[in-house]
Amino acid sequence: MSDTAVVETEHGHEAHQTYTGLDNVKLAMWAFLGSECLFFGALISAHLLYRNRTGDGPTRQEVYDIPYTSVSSFVLLMSSLTMVLALAAIQKGDQRKLRIWLMATAMLGASFIGGQVYEFTTFVQEGLTLQTSPFGSSFFVLTGFHGAHVTIGILMLLSLFAMSKIGRLPPSDANKVEMIGLYWHFVDIVWIVIFTIVYLFP
Amino acid sequence: MSTVASPTTPWFLRRPQAKTGLWSWLTTVDHKRIGLLYGYTAFIFFILGGIEALLIRAQLATPDGTVVDADLYNQLFTTHGVTMIFLVVMPMGAAFFNYMIPLMIGARDVAFPRLNALSYWAFLFGGLFLYSSWFMGGAPDGGWFGYAPLTSNPDFLPGAHRLDFYALGLQILGIASIVASANFIVTILNMRAPGMKLLRMPVFIWMSLVVNFLLLFAMPIIAVALFMMTFDRNFSTLFFDSAGGGDPILWQHLFWLFGHPEVYILILPAMGIVSEILPVFSRKPLFGYSFVVLSGAAIGFMGWGVWAHHMFTVGLGPAANAAFAVSTMFIAVPTGVKIFNWMATLAGGSLRFKTPMLFSLGFIAMFIIGGLSGVTHSIVPHDAQQQDTYYIVAHFHYVLFGGAIFGLFGGIYYWFPKIFGRLLDERKGKVHFWLMLIGFNLAFGPMHILGLKGMPRRYYHYQSGLGWELWNMVATIGAFIIALSVLVFIFNFAQSRKKGEVASEDPWDGRTLEWSIPSPPPEYNFKDVPLVEDRDDFWHRKYKEDQKGRPIPVPAGGSEEHSSEDHGDEGHGIHLPSPSFYPLIAALGLPVMAYAVIWNSWPLGIIGAVVALSGFYGWVLEPAAAEH
Amino acid sequence: MNFLKPEGPIAREADRLWDITFFISVVVFFLVEGALVLILIKFREGARRGEPKQVHGHTRFEILWTIIPVLLLVGVAYITVPVIFTQARQPEGALKVEVIGHQWWWEYKYESGVVTANDLHIPTDRPVLLELKSVDVIHSYWIPKLAGKQDVVPGRINHLIIEATEPGTYLGQCAEYCGLSHANMRATAVAHEPADFDTWVQEQLADSANDPLAAEGRELFLNGKFADDQQCVACHAVKGTPAQGIVGPNLTHLGSRERFAGSMFDRTDENLAAWLEDPPARKPGSRMPDLDLTDDQITALVAYLQSLK
Repeated sequence: MSDTAVVETEHGHEAHQTYTGLDNVKLAMWAFLGSECLFFGALISAHLLYRNRTGDGPTRQEVYDIPYTSVSSFVLLMSSLTMVLALAAIQKGDQRKLRIWLMATAMLGASFIGGQVYEFTTFVQEGLTLQTSPFGSSFFVLTGFHGAHVTIGILMLLSLFAMSKIGRLPPSDANKVEMIGLYWHFVDIVWIVIFTIVYLFP
Repeated sequence: MSTVASPTTPWFLRRPQAKTGLWSWLTTVDHKRIGLLYGYTAFIFFILGGIEALLIRAQLATPDGTVVDADLYNQLFTTHGVTMIFLVVMPMGAAFFNYMIPLMIGARDVAFPRLNALSYWAFLFGGLFLYSSWFMGGAPDGGWFGYAPLTSNPDFLPGAHRLDFYALGLQILGIASIVASANFIVTILNMRAPGMKLLRMPVFIWMSLVVNFLLLFAMPIIAVALFMMTFDRNFSTLFFDSAGGGDPILWQHLFWLFGHPEVYILILPAMGIVSEILPVFSRKPLFGYSFVVLSGAAIGFMGWGVWAHHMFTVGLGPAANAAFAVSTMFIAVPTGVKIFNWMATLAGGSLRFKTPMLFSLGFIAMFIIGGLSGVTHSIVPHDAQQQDTYYIVAHFHYVLFGGAIFGLFGGIYYWFPKIFGRLLDERKGKVHFWLMLIGFNLAFGPMHILGLKGMPRRYYHYQSGLGWELWNMVATIGAFIIALSVLVFIFNFAQSRKKGEVASEDPWDGRTLEWSIPSPPPEYNFKDVPLVEDRDDFWHRKYKEDQKGRPIPVPAGGSEEHSSEDHGDEGHGIHLPSPSFYPLIAALGLPVMAYAVIWNSWPLGIIGAVVALSGFYGWVLEPAAAEH
Repeated sequence: MNFLKPEGPIAREADRLWDITFFISVVVFFLVEGALVLILIKFREGARRGEPKQVHGHTRFEILWTIIPVLLLVGVAYITVPVIFTQARQPEGALKVEVIGHQWWWEYKYESGVVTANDLHIPTDRPVLLELKSVDVIHSYWIPKLAGKQDVVPGRINHLIIEATEPGTYLGQCAEYCGLSHANMRATAVAHEPADFDTWVQEQLADSANDPLAAEGRELFLNGKFADDQQCVACHAVKGTPAQGIVGPNLTHLGSRERFAGSMFDRTDENLAAWLEDPPARKPGSRMPDLDLTDDQITALVAYLQSLK
């Protein structure tokens, strides 16, 4: 899909040559992800401002469990790999493998979310909540918004899975998988940034 | 996935087919109709914001005014600002983007017609949601800038949910803007007619591109700030709570990091419109096209580096203040370049003072004043005096009313014949222009003096004896003259729409592609996709230049040779996007979810989410075209 | 309030920058708008015959009208930037006053121990370093004739230096929107000759005179319970008495102040009586409630408050 400049527009039949040679949907997705960069950029900046404002509540060092979060980060990272395999499958027209890899990606994402829910619960038990300190507020809001993005991604992956199941995801719709894949990779990359800056960066 | 509906498609996935009537407007994906919806809606909000302004001016006409009380006044100035910025100037710009971008780049529609519909409905519902606050305990009263902690802690202002309406309403409007900006960026980059290279694009298209990039990158920042405000108010987070360790200044940084690009989001569309009108009514090409384009882009970039000039009195320290003072001074340079190029376009031309031209000239004359007073803000020690006085109010009204609104009215007069096939009446148009120009200067000119005499903004009443009485009265009279001029416009619009002189397809002897097609344009815009060979392509089809560089008409100029395909006389075989009701449904979920936050109701939130999600699922699943 | 007529060196310095920039702006204004009008007259349709020459641009002009504004702005920056830094420097020998913003009145604490509200007393010809704090929202302290404004931000301490050359009363206002009665949050700076200022400090440090005529009012103030069992002393302090409330303005020397209630009203018997009758009606959103006082109680309280000289 990426090599050819002729795309199906939303109108269906007419094949238009786009001026840049980039698929409309792909260009729009890039634009949207650009916007998302600023969204997470603002949240991360706020967190950097507040990371040491812990008040009477627990500090970063007290709550973070780096080995645990490293594992769940690895899980999310692996889901990018399965996402690539899903795209390769639909481009080859292999619906069975497509569904396997879509489901694998969704499950890896869900494991990550499960891990996040567990992590949040632990933090709350250790006395860090949204209301404890600016550190708590900014931590939960930043990672919470990231978790919401992952959740939306899982929903979209499951929708693709269902569409494939009822035979409404032919190889000509590979760009749909590619778009959701782009989104998924983006959300993964954002997590890598968050993990580095929020958890690892001293 | 089948692209055309078959008889087995369930009823709710068949695409609606109404061409007329209410249902056709609710399901339309035609960029021209959406443009009109944007324009009409924004104009209604313009009336509402204007009424708020008149109440403010009535209150301030005399010292110790009693027209409204403190509580109502604070709601009025807040909603006036929010309305004029988010519900008038931005969507009025969007109206022109919608209607004109495809026509000016030789496209049959925008890249994502349904996304376009979604952005309109989200805008409408966001606006209605904001205004519904008037009936639910009062409108937002924290100022359009909503400084924390006044706004982030419900204890500091009356009314339990006024600021929630503000935060959530702007959030919905932000979604509308981001969706629209991605759509327009793709449309401009991808859907240009063959041959329309970037440097052949009309300046209005260039400015649209810059504005939509600014929207794309600015809106998420305000979204984050608004989320923080909502969470502080409703979930007791500590982002802006200084007692809990938070910092109220974080709000100001986020707000103005959005807010200053926002200023250019408001003014650049008008600059684009003026750059189209001046050459047409001077019968000369735009002087220094590439410099005008470049300066527009430069403003777009530099606009990100001046935000803290809104914060000179916050106490950021002398180094930051000095740096932002210098960056603020130098953003005046590209603005000046634009003004000089416009004047050079006029010089040597053959100037026809039709109404669109008058508004464009008014724009230039007023914008010069606003630009110069803007430079005086950058002298930080004196800005500490001007800050939050009427001097600032005067400045930004010269930029946003004398600038943006004049430019937008110019655009309305200019493109009205293309949109409706009739001309707006010239005589009434001139009455409108002169009344508005006089009223505007009476209303906002004296505010410079009031500001320098120390009158602060956002004061619901003031004492007598400080030398403010006369100029306040003059300003109030000016405001009512503006209102009168708007009435003249409404009358002109209503009358000309029905009985105005019938317009040809090219009533102004235009230069850009939209004038090459019938007025009003057919649904498919271009029967044949044009082949673009030049900047101002349509003009060059009509005129060649003699040795002295003067235009001479080409026989049979503007004929239809310049096209890349052929669709016969009636546009047969041109496939247009099918209408859809899913954008409306998806957008409807947004205000429902917002009310759920305000009333703290999980069931309502789930309903809203289900409505929005079903809208999006229907969107994805419905066939690409209606059954034949 | 007119800051184009400054009364102290700090405001004067800002005004000097303004005068230069304003002069440049006016010249530019007349040049550019004049050129615009000339162009409009000279090139109006029908003024000359024939179609206009199709000029597309001229690089030398572009450079010219980029360079000229740049040079002008470099000049403006050159005079502005040093002042930004010098005005941020804290002067030696300054009188220090802590200024605390409340919704909607100003509280002042002097190093000498004087605590007062709304009227800021300062000596002439001596810089005054204001240490700005807020207990609730963002305010902005501004005495236009003496200096530009400085925001008063909760959780931060900002500094503002003001100085008056001549004795006199200078009006001021809160300049950052701070809620319902923002328009009623005024301030007054009263500048004295240094000797008079010292006298004022000594008077303020003394306990309030105990006027026997106001004894009834004093009793009401200290021990009276009004609507909903509310008491004056819960919120107000008067030095030398058991009244030590800190929510509202310190009233120790109210009788020596020119105005009250955020500098909204002149301190007359009538204004005080009207205020006590129903504060929120006089100042929307006032934290001081309507105490349902009887006319006799009001008369006694006014007599007491006026005695606090």
